[in-house]
Amino acid sequence: MLTKRIIPCLDVKDGRVVKGIQFVGLRDAGDPVALAKYYDEQGADELVFLDISASHEGRATMVEVVKQTAKTLTIPFTVGGGIRTVDDIERILRAGADKVSMNTAALDNPNVIKDGAEKFGNQCIVIAIDAKYSEDDQTWMVYTHGGRNKTQWAVVDWAIEATKLGAGEILLTSMNRDGEKSGFDLHVTKAVREAVNVPVIASGGAGNAQDFYDVLTGEVDADAALAASIFHYKETSVREVKQFLRDKGVNIR
Amino acid sequence: MNIGIIDYGLGNLFSVAEALKRLGCTPVISDDIAVLQQTDALILPGVGAFPDAMKQLSNKNFVTFLQVQKKPLLGICLGMQLLFESSNEGQLTEGLGLLQGIIQKFDVTQSRIPHMGWNQLQWHKSYVESETDYVYFVHSFYASHINEQDLMASADYANIQVPAIVQHKHITGMQFHPEKSGDLGTALLKQWLKEVAK
Repeated sequence: MLTKRIIPCLDVKDGRVVKGIQFVGLRDAGDPVALAKYYDEQGADELVFLDISASHEGRATMVEVVKQTAKTLTIPFTVGGGIRTVDDIERILRAGADKVSMNTAALDNPNVIKDGAEKFGNQCIVIAIDAKYSEDDQTWMVYTHGGRNKTQWAVVDWAIEATKLGAGEILLTSMNRDGEKSGFDLHVTKAVREAVNVPVIASGGAGNAQDFYDVLTGEVDADAALAASIFHYKETSVREVKQFLRDKGVNIR
Repeated sequence: MNIGIIDYGLGNLFSVAEALKRLGCTPVISDDIAVLQQTDALILPGVGAFPDAMKQLSNKNFVTFLQVQKKPLLGICLGMQLLFESSNEGQLTEGLGLLQGIIQKFDVTQSRIPHMGWNQLQWHKSYVESETDYVYFVHSFYASHINEQDLMASADYANIQVPAIVQHKHITGMQFHPEKSGDLGTALLKQWLKEVAK
């Protein structure tokens, strides 16, 4: 049986990890390679790097970060941010990433999912969806630009469409919950989980170990859960969350 | 030790090469049979579709070379699947035929596809000492009708005993990614290299 995966996410800008990470014993807390190694040793099942660089130079630096990370990491990692074309996908995979994650680019040009999956296999194409509940539509809609722009897509429809095109995994972020630490959005996660046959990673809202339990088990049954700040700010650790889940009988590595 | 990594245009060669470097080997990535013949052992990596992979191997004249050469050969993920007799991915395609068995797709009504993530190895023969039994899988097809004698370890998924490590004479296959499987993955590669050194 597959284990549930716990995935820390690192935001990287111009080759440096942002969001003031507080680690004791790390000489350089902004070094993505050192942090990746730290999380590997903590028992993280996978890592996600989100490149939030705005410049061309920043993006080029990310390729270097990926290369250096691939040298030390013994677990899979995904890179997202600024990947728009099949050439971009190839550049990141060749640098050593296992998967790429696309968000706006896939909405603008859904064919990039199909072309990427055909060339590199659907296992390495992750589609990131920013979901927000819309009172007007009475459902969760797909948003872009950090939740500012609403698209025409309902979340579940887009998840189904992306999977049909070749997405191998869905990274679902609840914009309502992001940063709130009040738990993952169980409803939208369950809705997407039931609609697609590929793994679903829940993201947005993790506040404590119980939140991971709630989203990974029972009716929701997400395949993986991603968090950033609670790990970075050491409110809990990957190791603690995994031990908590293990004690509750969840299948954990 | 020089370990040849067969570059036939598919797969993430980089992470396999880095894993070998961490274990003190020199990876030699090449699509040239003459260069690969100079190495101590060979790795056949691969991510993607079986028919494309066989076509690429055939275009680069690797098929006969791999069928007759006697150096230790490790197939990883799709590279392991290519070692078997045939696959029904897309159309029926002949494989290298170095191991007995056929490659078929998981039943989509039984499970989420791909089989992606960490799964536990069930040991059929002893291979390595490790504190953990979990390794990282990513695949939608699996080997069936294999020779039970070749089965070293399996993993349970979709009500199927999925062959995870197979070994027959100089041929070894790993369905998961040892280069991405933490400490156990490293231990497995180390063990294979130890056998190579013999």
